[in-house]
Amino acid sequence: MSAGPASIRESISAGDRARLDRVWSDAPGFYGWLTAVNHKSIGKRYIITAFVFFLLGGLLAATMRLQLARPANPLIGPDRYNEIFTMHGTTMMFLFAVPVFEALGVYLVPLMVGTRNIAFPRLNAFSYWLYLFGGIFLYVMFARNMGPDVGWFAYPPLSGPQYGLAKRPDVWAQLITFTEVAALAISVEIIVTAFKLRAPGMSLNRIPVFVWAQVVTAFMVIFAMPAIMLASTSLILDRLVGTHFFTPQDGGDPLLWQHLFWFFGHPEVYIIFIPATGIVSTIVSTFSRRPIVGYLAIVLSLVSIAFMGFGLWVHHMFATGLPDLGASFFTAASIMIAIPSGVQIFCWIATMWSGRVSMRAPMLWVIGFFVVFVIGGLTGVMLAAVPLNLQVHDTFFVVAHFHYVLIGGAVFPLFGGMYYWFPKITGRLMHERLGVAHFWLFFIGFNLTFFPMHLLGLRGMPRRVYTYPPEMGWGALNLLATAGAFLMAAGVIVFLWNVAWSWRRGEVASDNPWDASTLEWATSSPPGPCNFPRRACSSPTKMRRS
Amino acid sequence: MLIVCTVVFVLVMGALTVALVRGRRSRLPATDAAADSRLHTAVGIAVTATIVVLFGLLIASFITQRAVESLHASSAVTIDIIGHQWWWEAHYEDAQPDRRATTANEIHIPVGRPIVLKLTSRDVIHSFWVPSLDGKRDLIPGYTTAIWMQADRPGVYRGQCAEFCGRRHANMAPFVTAEHEDQFDRWLASQRAASRAPSTEAERHGQQVFLTSSCALCHTIRGTSASATVGPDLTHIASRGSLAAGTLANTREHMARWIEDPHVNKPLNQMPPNSLAGGDLNALVAYLESLR
Repeated sequence: MSAGPASIRESISAGDRARLDRVWSDAPGFYGWLTAVNHKSIGKRYIITAFVFFLLGGLLAATMRLQLARPANPLIGPDRYNEIFTMHGTTMMFLFAVPVFEALGVYLVPLMVGTRNIAFPRLNAFSYWLYLFGGIFLYVMFARNMGPDVGWFAYPPLSGPQYGLAKRPDVWAQLITFTEVAALAISVEIIVTAFKLRAPGMSLNRIPVFVWAQVVTAFMVIFAMPAIMLASTSLILDRLVGTHFFTPQDGGDPLLWQHLFWFFGHPEVYIIFIPATGIVSTIVSTFSRRPIVGYLAIVLSLVSIAFMGFGLWVHHMFATGLPDLGASFFTAASIMIAIPSGVQIFCWIATMWSGRVSMRAPMLWVIGFFVVFVIGGLTGVMLAAVPLNLQVHDTFFVVAHFHYVLIGGAVFPLFGGMYYWFPKITGRLMHERLGVAHFWLFFIGFNLTFFPMHLLGLRGMPRRVYTYPPEMGWGALNLLATAGAFLMAAGVIVFLWNVAWSWRRGEVASDNPWDASTLEWATSSPPGPCNFPRRACSSPTKMRRS
Repeated sequence: MLIVCTVVFVLVMGALTVALVRGRRSRLPATDAAADSRLHTAVGIAVTATIVVLFGLLIASFITQRAVESLHASSAVTIDIIGHQWWWEAHYEDAQPDRRATTANEIHIPVGRPIVLKLTSRDVIHSFWVPSLDGKRDLIPGYTTAIWMQADRPGVYRGQCAEFCGRRHANMAPFVTAEHEDQFDRWLASQRAASRAPSTEAERHGQQVFLTSSCALCHTIRGTSASATVGPDLTHIASRGSLAAGTLANTREHMARWIEDPHVNKPLNQMPPNSLAGGDLNALVAYLESLR
């Protein structure tokens, strides 16, 4: 297939090419930088910004691990600790995990469907600036000791007018508005791009799985985010103008908040996980040198996860004393969602089984994803059972579970995706051996950090405590977890070094260094301003047969 | 459940390993129709097995839930627990008002009898959790929730607030002492009684300090004129093992330090520091430590 795209590029005259580039590139200079609307410029900025927030969130996590490394540690007081864990959760959920996958979508979806820019490019730029200013706002307030301190879930009445300290919860609620508007804007762009701007010949059953994952995620965002915007706006109204949505003494209902929050909060997990599965499908298919096994089953799994994802939120609320029958329904739904996840896992294994696997860095991250995510999925099934949930809810067992799911299910594939698409974005390959070192440091560090947390949770260590008494006997495992966290950090430093080095000096990549079959590889690396000088076509022969 | 999950993990990892080994060895990907249909069958079988296992787990979960929730009995001891930032208020219910008892942070229960805890909160959401005795139940302002538990062996069980409730969330530990029925009855009777009258000069002086300083604005000592309900009931404070919801062991020295500056050991809690003359402080501690 490499002959096809090359001929597309050569068949256009130099004059036409120059005119195309002029039309589609961003204006030069600082003004041009500010007014950029090309999806690749915005996408790159989005990815880099999200990674900066990932590093900040990681630093906060490392600080927490230092504080918890030994019992009764005097390093940080409860006030700052509460700010730190709230900032960590808020950063990772709202400023890193959701935006980074949307950013990949902004960069890749137009290329994968063979078009020249994302739909509504100005809205796209607006979304980026809104997100950036939201993030800066949050960190400026944190630096001024006004960072939110009521958890990333901000349960009232603790976050309400009576108990929320100073402007801290307002800062949180305002940030939510910034990031959610940004996310909603991208969702609309992705859906329109995927449904209206596809290259001729790309029928629905030929859309790459990654694009399907982005589309399904976008729909989830459109249905989930309004719930949290409604909730956070009501919270701000409670705090600033004295409404009574969540204040019990005035007839408000704190449980209403929990329902609204988790109606967003649980789908949020899948909003992060589904695009990551799109990356896994892409990498598994490319590095097994064959089309994915069970394309239809995988796409239907994504769609059914999206629907079911809206029916499990109450498993975050089992301890509130809801009726047993209702709780049982949510147990069944929470267990059921393991089925479509299982379908995908089996399809990926079948793809490798029947393919010819080459073990490059992206594939290594996918293997890591399998190991870690399957553990997280299984503890998820355990947590769905009410009696077990009531014991381990709000303990370190849950902390372990969702880091296995979110780091395993999202960050591992994301790193894989970075190694995979880096040559497309920069025109240079990342250093393979550094990638392998990054993987092993991060993988071992991750398991050292989070596996002991399962045990800590089972031994009764609650979440969100800034200290614990020595006689509880939790010290050794906590110290181990802290050591693991620093191994992970070392891995991330190797990654940063790899990015910085490869960006300037990495091996120059060909247009399609992995011999992949999706359309983004059918143009130059990095793609020119107009992506495809000639309109790209998708035909069945593009699917690799040998 | 753990066993089932471990087996599933091992099976999936096994399949992954075999797939990788096969995939690395094979020269050409097998993509003909027959191979694809074999793969589809394999995936179908794996999914079916998954569904069967999940159904098994679902039913096991329901059966356990029924067993845990069906501890209802008519002879239950009912205790009202009210959550505060950052301590637990406890009332033993009784039809006769003079047989009710009030205490804080440490409750006693009889072994082998079901206990029902009726839970609510005065400020923010807390969650009552004694890992060895029961699961969690949230204390939500405006709601009353309930949870059943039963201790089969005597002992002192440490608990923990399990819902993030602000700055002192880490220092909010309830203690449950499970003891034999007769011991429990004696304990309850002593808790019902009004406070012990001061017997020495120092204790009498201490009582005066208590009643005339800011202490009485927040605390109750039944049998005296102090009847405020902002802080914990101190009628039988000396009978408790710890101060400030499990923060300090209940000794004279800790008590004195705590009264002088509660923020040394539990920073940012809601009790204000008190500057008392040395003699007054000693007398106050002597009085409080006499309230068995």
